[in-house]
Amino acid sequence: MELFTNQILAGIATGAIYACMALAVVMIYQAIDHLNFAQGEMAMFSTFISWQLMQWGIPYWGAFVLTLAFSFAGGIAIERLLFKPLAKAPILTNVAGFIALFAIINSVAGLIWDFTIKQYPTPFGSHPFLGSQLISTHQAGMIGVTILLLIALYFFFQFTRMGLAMRAAASLPESARLVGINTSWMIALGWGMAAAIGSIAGMMIAPVVFLEPNMMGGVLIYGFAAAVLGGLTSPFGAVIGGFLVGIFENLAGTYIPGVGNELKLPIALALIITVLVVKPAGLFGRPIVKRV
Amino acid sequence: MSAVQEVITEAPAVEAVPKRAMTLGYGASLIMLALLIGAPLFVKNFIIFQLTMLLIYGLAVLALNILTGGSGQFSLGQSAFYAVGAYSSAILMEHAGMNYALTLPISGVICFGFGFLFGQPALRLSGVYLALATFALATAMPQLLKLGYFEEWTGGVQGLVVTKPDAPFGLPISQDMWLYYFTLAVTIAIYIFSVNLLKSRSGRAFMAIRDNEIAASAMGIDVALYKTLAFGVSAGITGVAGGLGAIAVQFVAPDGYTITLAISLFLGMVVGGVGWLPGSIVGSAFIIFVPNIAEGISKGLSGAVFGVLLFLVIFLVPHGARQVAIVAQQMLGKLKKN
Amino acid sequence: MTAMLNVKDLRAYYGQVQALHGLNFDLDEGSMTTLLGANGAGKTTTLRAICNMVRSTGAIEFEGAPLAGRSTENIVRLGIAHVPQGRGTFTTLTVEENLQLGAITRTDKKNIVSDIERMYDHFPVLKQRYAQQAGTLSGGEQQMLAVARALMLRPRLMLLDEPSFGLAPLIVRDLFKILGKINREDKVTILVVEQNAQLALELADRAYVIETGRIVMSGSAAEIADNEDVRKSYLGY
Repeated sequence: MELFTNQILAGIATGAIYACMALAVVMIYQAIDHLNFAQGEMAMFSTFISWQLMQWGIPYWGAFVLTLAFSFAGGIAIERLLFKPLAKAPILTNVAGFIALFAIINSVAGLIWDFTIKQYPTPFGSHPFLGSQLISTHQAGMIGVTILLLIALYFFFQFTRMGLAMRAAASLPESARLVGINTSWMIALGWGMAAAIGSIAGMMIAPVVFLEPNMMGGVLIYGFAAAVLGGLTSPFGAVIGGFLVGIFENLAGTYIPGVGNELKLPIALALIITVLVVKPAGLFGRPIVKRV
Repeated sequence: MSAVQEVITEAPAVEAVPKRAMTLGYGASLIMLALLIGAPLFVKNFIIFQLTMLLIYGLAVLALNILTGGSGQFSLGQSAFYAVGAYSSAILMEHAGMNYALTLPISGVICFGFGFLFGQPALRLSGVYLALATFALATAMPQLLKLGYFEEWTGGVQGLVVTKPDAPFGLPISQDMWLYYFTLAVTIAIYIFSVNLLKSRSGRAFMAIRDNEIAASAMGIDVALYKTLAFGVSAGITGVAGGLGAIAVQFVAPDGYTITLAISLFLGMVVGGVGWLPGSIVGSAFIIFVPNIAEGISKGLSGAVFGVLLFLVIFLVPHGARQVAIVAQQMLGKLKKN
Repeated sequence: MTAMLNVKDLRAYYGQVQALHGLNFDLDEGSMTTLLGANGAGKTTTLRAICNMVRSTGAIEFEGAPLAGRSTENIVRLGIAHVPQGRGTFTTLTVEENLQLGAITRTDKKNIVSDIERMYDHFPVLKQRYAQQAGTLSGGEQQMLAVARALMLRPRLMLLDEPSFGLAPLIVRDLFKILGKINREDKVTILVVEQNAQLALELADRAYVIETGRIVMSGSAAEIADNEDVRKSYLGY
């Protein structure tokens, strides 16, 4: 029994990573109605930028804020330059665009900073949290940041005019235009916010998985899975989904025989898909009624 | 959590390509055929090998076109079926001494079954969710192939070496050339089969499902049957392609069938034109040759160059090679008038 | 009286299909005009063309300013509110949020709050349900919400597309009474597209009849209501 609880706790700790990423995923989904495969790479690139700023002597929190701003602007720029022209193209073509973006960012990061693993600092220190062997202060800090992000997003969407406008644009773009909302800019804004959230995820994750261009590969998939599990329309669901995925992953690794590191991913995904077959809109998503 | 359900009138995720537009006119087909038959006579063996791979990946992209462009189901997992086909052929050839040609229909049937089975749970998923499920399948496959449990058959991490066949009846042509023509024959047969499948009742059922699943089911189409059938056929063809690939490359190993292959096949479909069967070979050419070109332009930034080239293609022709063909057709039409 | 909206030679297209074949009409300031016609005649297309929601050619001027080349949201910001067919309610947002969205382009915060109160006066049922999700409202209530939302813009011109659609006759009467009030008291110019010709003609000053993309009749509402062809085709007697 103790092993079980320990695995659950450990799962929550790793799950914070996925929860953070899942928030960025849900953010972009709200804006553009699909998943952006390059989201992980964008987060990775932002993290490298922050690392570089620190190499140049800027202290951690200064680099953090600058990176946030850069990521926000970068997300908007990418949308305006690369995806606005594809707005009328079929969805699958847009997906090809995401894949192309992935390749470009990964390659450029590898060229600028090479593929050797780098240490990345954490502002929370990495001693045991409250004396527990299972959760470090960094992991606790990560969970805290994720929850703070969630609360900030909730306030933004529920209580600000911009948030209301974004919700309207995502819900019914044509009606949104009829109240004067520039839906095209709402999409750009969504990208900017998703990039900024992704950068936070990256900067939280890097101390754990170490900084290198391929660091986000697995995390992104788990992030998608978490977002889908939680229900793509619910930031709260994304966070819960993230923690659940972390737990699934740990339990699968511990209790299913023969499952080494390599099979953890497909098993976790299989579990999630099983949930989806039962609850197609995810745990907290809004059930969608399709009209003919 | 809200009490109000979101009601959406969903536009089909996959663009509807009208049945007639899914294939090539007779003239263009004949020219294509002539090119394909004549090409290997003028080039070296290595190029012949690349042409063979062109046909093989073309088959795999074609299979994906039937699944996505035909029945509207999104799959990022074709590499799994390709791997099963490859390994089936390899195991039958090396462990059971079977003739290479015979292994292909068997690989096809095995993969058809596998695809049909996978199609069952996939019935309740669509779009993003199906993408994730197929993605899971694709990432699982290399790991499954490495499992110690199967090592006796699969050769584990090292994989299996496959013997390349000689030309039959002592014909005085190289192994590569024989394999090319053999592959070409199989490709043409499958292409004709696919075209006819899409023109048939089943094909119309696929497309009805693609365009509006609810309406299709209201019309009496057994949606479950046709969706799984589409998966099965697509997997079967991919399996045959995998088998051919195993023979051409002369070995099979788990890391040759990763998610990268699945993504490449997806890109091939988009570049060729979703739902446009003849485009499959254009897509295949893209995924075989463009990465090499990218690496030639810049070794360090090969990924970035590839990405840029891909963007160029999708900006210029968002609907893929089909768009180019339509424009060409229109221009020819104007020329004929004058 | 100055023309608030001036439409010249309006042609509209859905892809290759031409839906409007050169419309010409004016809306006077402060007037209530109705556009009548059968299904598919082009009534909705006309409204959509004014807001640039469909590809069109021709010259449309609003208070002297040409609308050509402006995006839908920019046209709205000029002071044109459009209540679309099917109402376009944000079903997952609350009633009050829907009203706030109507005013999302305005910056005068205090007036927005008082305007919401005025909407609740016009439509008491909305006040009751202010925190409910808009999708849970009945058809008639959603229509009132759509009109209220449009009014939150403080528009100079309001376009309504078949507001009576799917509503019980008594509710439609109430709605039209309120529209009349808004036209007279708030001085909002109104163009209402309707299949329900009788009520529309009772309410409006002017009327146009459109058939297969062309205006075939125009005049005061009384004249049109008296016209024998109109009576036979649209009024049933």
